[in-house]
Amino acid sequence: MSLTDHELAIRSIQYRRDMLRWIVHAGAGHTGGGLSCMDILNVLYNRILRVSPETFTSPDRDRYIQSKGHCVEALYVVLADRGFFSSEKLQTMCGYDSAFVGHPTRAVPGIEHNTGALGHGLSVGVGAAIAGKKDQRDFRVYVLMGDGELAEGSNWEAAMSASHYKLDNLIAIVDHNTLQITGRTRDVCSNEPLDEKFKAFGWDVHTVNGHDFGQLTAALIPSTHTGKPRVVIANTIKGQGVSFMQDVAKWHHGVPSEAEYAIALRDLADAEAQLGQSKGAVQ
Amino acid sequence: MSAPAGSMYSPEAAAMASKLGLKMGRANLEVFAATLLEIARADRNVLAVTSDSRGSGKLGPFAQALPDQIVELGIAEQNLVGVAAGLASAGKLVYAVSPACFLTARALEQVKNDVAYSDHPVQLIGISAGVSYGALGSTHHSLHDYAALRAINNLEVVAPADNMEARAIIRECATRRVPTYIRFGKAPLYDLHAADTSVEIGKSISLTTGTDICFIASGETVTHALLAGAAMAENGITARVLSMHTIKPLDIPAILAAGRECRAVITVEEHSVHGGLGEACAAALMQAGISVPFQIAAIPDEHTVTGSQADIFRHYGISMEGLAARANSLLKRAT
Ligand SMILES: [Mg+2]
Repeated sequence: MSLTDHELAIRSIQYRRDMLRWIVHAGAGHTGGGLSCMDILNVLYNRILRVSPETFTSPDRDRYIQSKGHCVEALYVVLADRGFFSSEKLQTMCGYDSAFVGHPTRAVPGIEHNTGALGHGLSVGVGAAIAGKKDQRDFRVYVLMGDGELAEGSNWEAAMSASHYKLDNLIAIVDHNTLQITGRTRDVCSNEPLDEKFKAFGWDVHTVNGHDFGQLTAALIPSTHTGKPRVVIANTIKGQGVSFMQDVAKWHHGVPSEAEYAIALRDLADAEAQLGQSKGAVQ
Repeated sequence: MSAPAGSMYSPEAAAMASKLGLKMGRANLEVFAATLLEIARADRNVLAVTSDSRGSGKLGPFAQALPDQIVELGIAEQNLVGVAAGLASAGKLVYAVSPACFLTARALEQVKNDVAYSDHPVQLIGISAGVSYGALGSTHHSLHDYAALRAINNLEVVAPADNMEARAIIRECATRRVPTYIRFGKAPLYDLHAADTSVEIGKSISLTTGTDICFIASGETVTHALLAGAAMAENGITARVLSMHTIKPLDIPAILAAGRECRAVITVEEHSVHGGLGEACAAALMQAGISVPFQIAAIPDEHTVTGSQADIFRHYGISMEGLAARANSLLKRAT
């Protein structure tokens, strides 16, 4: 089960390649945010979450709720890789009568909650975490949020209730790529200083490089019984891994042309080649 | 037995109720709270979730008796519904209790996405519904809830007319896993049904049989329709009175039978004239090709008059006198 950071890095490249493939195939998708949260999903599903296709209905499973539902394509490729369904099913993504909607739904194996409207996931996570406490189960609840999403006031209602109920079984992750559809989040409606806000709401705050597998891993497993919900502010780059998409707002839901897709694949192949060399250097 | 203070019923209406042998029961809200406590005592998976609303929800005794089974979230209705969905997703049987006005407007997106679309079977309890808050004004009225919630897939909508209906429906909701909205008022209500009456979500209850006028009523307006029918009976007019406690799914066969068998139909509801029981019944009749003199007795699309719930009902003709007058004039136009 335990993959090395190097193996995770190779997997992230494959995930990014798969995600782009299906977005190009469907002609739709949230490309930039999917690329920014891919390493987070990789660490969650390959290192952190105690859930599998076999245990998905177990009351003891860890829960993952993707509040930033628009980045569903990233989740689809990771769930397919983890065996929740065959990746070929993504041929139908966003197509007529497909179960693979452009936002997460429970019709897809492995998905806990239907999201897409922003500012919903954290409240649902709070509810599941309270249930876990009441039933004395040791599952954890992970909620992934975007930074633009944090302008939704319901998040802060949920944040207040999470610390009120001392939910140290709840871990929120902010995909802090500093961009949203219009541009820089700080220009649209600034949420800074984000760490201070969560601290003021009673949370245990950890800021990490959201593309560093080691830092993510360390932050995503909370120390037990802190009596505080944890937030991991993952500093990421929107469009990570594809040169011309990196840190560019217009790729929020941009679909690459054939030529752009070719460049993107080359970028990923280059990164893979470099990884191969660095692996060689280590050995 | 006597009409409550600030009466909802004129002396004549109260006399008619007494002539029919109706006994004054409790407010549905109180019956809800007592029933929920019984259910929750027997099953620790049952939770009441509140938004600083335990007092108005009559859940003080519940909180005292079962402190581990009440989840308080403060004045935050969006979070209330989202948390309720999360609790339900983890196997809890959740009753989310909040004033109907806030529960179904401020938290509408959570109701739509986190409960109905995600199919996490929360029981949404709208307290002090309709114009129960009276003179507190339109911020506190819920005259939009049937319309808003009827349009949401995978959500049932129920408004019990009396204590028996309230008790039975709360019990039924505990045995099925279906997202449901149930609204209650806070005024004491007459008991309308015989002890052996069967109450089932989705099936209307026929209180009287008749073929001249049919009143199809929901929630706390049913008593007024029953009294109007009784008043008309004294002039030889027969009234069929249906308690259409379930707004969705509608009891279509009962509505079509009324349209076919009665000379005229009037729907009655504590809701806007738009999008509620009346328009639902009209659509059912039209689509079945049934043409019958038809009116919707509800709150018109205007700035609602100020006053108590009783004042507002009387002002808009949701009373024995108002409904009987309306029915008589409609029947004059019927063949
Ligand atoms: Mg962002």
